[in-house]
Amino acid sequence: MKTLMHNVAGITVLILKLVLVAIFVFPFVWMILTSFKTIDETNMYPPTLLPHAWTTEGFSKATGLGNFAVYARNSIIVTLCSIVIQFAILIPAAYAFAIKEFPGKKLLFSLVILAFMIPVQVTFVPVYLLMAKLGWLGTLLPQFMPFMANAFGIFLLRQTFMQIPDEIIEAARLDHARERQIITQIMLPMARPTLATIALFAFISSWNSYFWPLVMTDQDQLRPLTVGLAILKDAEGTVNWPAIMAGNVILFLPIIAMFLVAKKQFLGSFSYLGIK
Amino acid sequence: MKKDHLKSYLMISPAILGICLFVVYPMISLIGISFTNYDLVRGSGKFVKLANYEKLFSQPAFGEILSNTLIYTFYYVVLTMSLALFFAFLVQRSNWFDRFVQGVTFLPHITAMVSVSLVWMWLMDPFAGFLNYILEEWFHVKGLQWLQSSSTAMMSVIIINVWKSVGYYTLIILSALKTIPADIYEAADLDHSTKLRTFFKITIPMISPTLFFLLVVMTISSFNVFDSIKVLTGGGPVRSTMVLVYYIYEYAFIHMRLGYAAAAGTVQLIIVSFITFIYFKLLQKRIYYK
Repeated sequence: MKTLMHNVAGITVLILKLVLVAIFVFPFVWMILTSFKTIDETNMYPPTLLPHAWTTEGFSKATGLGNFAVYARNSIIVTLCSIVIQFAILIPAAYAFAIKEFPGKKLLFSLVILAFMIPVQVTFVPVYLLMAKLGWLGTLLPQFMPFMANAFGIFLLRQTFMQIPDEIIEAARLDHARERQIITQIMLPMARPTLATIALFAFISSWNSYFWPLVMTDQDQLRPLTVGLAILKDAEGTVNWPAIMAGNVILFLPIIAMFLVAKKQFLGSFSYLGIK
Repeated sequence: MKKDHLKSYLMISPAILGICLFVVYPMISLIGISFTNYDLVRGSGKFVKLANYEKLFSQPAFGEILSNTLIYTFYYVVLTMSLALFFAFLVQRSNWFDRFVQGVTFLPHITAMVSVSLVWMWLMDPFAGFLNYILEEWFHVKGLQWLQSSSTAMMSVIIINVWKSVGYYTLIILSALKTIPADIYEAADLDHSTKLRTFFKITIPMISPTLFFLLVVMTISSFNVFDSIKVLTGGGPVRSTMVLVYYIYEYAFIHMRLGYAAAAGTVQLIIVSFITFIYFKLLQKRIYYK
């Protein structure tokens, strides 16, 4: 009797897990399959699962949209620039906050925490005006400059640097290593997993961002893929689902590629983000 | 000043400059603008004292928007928290299948909200959408209007946002579960504690700091919800999904009335700061009593 109960429970749990997988995988499968269908097929009832006739019409419609190449280029430039500038700024800052002693350190670090707590959805109106004053609105700068100080990255890397034993740094100093060498040859290699986490996080948040570029751009020449995709939806109404899903697939490709390559890193680092 | 201090300041100065320019100054500026009638078309504004706030609180629409935001927050937080807990208990082993399920539920979190919104919009299409097909053919229930009716739009937006983020919170709860020492469970077993009792008397209290942290993070993110609303409903139908950030966005960039938008933004700043403040207060208290 007990084993029977045990089996029933086991099967129930298994079914629940399979339902879970279906709920989370199906929308992605549906997105990909729709992108290869014709418009007529997406209007049929009952809906078809596999396309009757596979077509790439959706993809040519999406990429043929006037500025698609420009949107893609903007997404790539903004994402790369924001990662590069964030790292250039956060590495020395994290080092100073972790290793050095200087007057006002506590107060200045509390500024970092403040920046971490205040969401961009609160400050976007004044930042927009600031961008106008600086004369940056006709450029891509407003899409990555406001994130130059990655407070979360500084916080995370500081924690990692603080865990490196003092003896290692002392020994390097005795060998007359310069500060720059200590950072590049000792600290950074030891902090590699944290650096990867920060880079993944920066990549995802920049590539996927929609609110910020929507608010900061008023010319088509400056918009990234996410905003372009929403424009495609408005232009095609809700009739051309294959084209919209094809655009979605293109937007999603770099993310899923990265996820499959660095799955362990992803799951490990994103759960680590929550512990703090 | 010692030379070494100067070097330290140089190292942190770009970061501090960025924070002052793009966080501290905008916060002060936001409050300043909220007392003016700044207009994006004119590009200038005059000091109008509390006029924006008086208008804000006398508008019935603003009360409606606050209540929409609160309703969204309540359901989003309750659903995400309970589902994340449930998922975490369901897939907490470290065999390949459980890890696969964890990975799969996490995937929406790293997908753009624009993509997620568009896919669900298509699934929720009242005429040719897949969800109504399932409801009608499998369950013999009449299909819903989903995002296109004011009575179901908010529910649909909440479902989509929960779907996107629940896997992320599941991972965080899972990592908290791993920190519970095994001998506590063994002791509970020896005392013939039931599974349910162990769950409520041991597991939940042990991970309560993490759960509380998540509660704050979820609440703040609910108050900032925007992307999904913009793509899915544009605040409609008939303002049924109009939330705070969308309202501010509309006043600032569609009606071009920055002064008024800044007043609403200041209200949002106060709410978000209040939640954060409570979080830190309770955190301090807990550390103190330890």
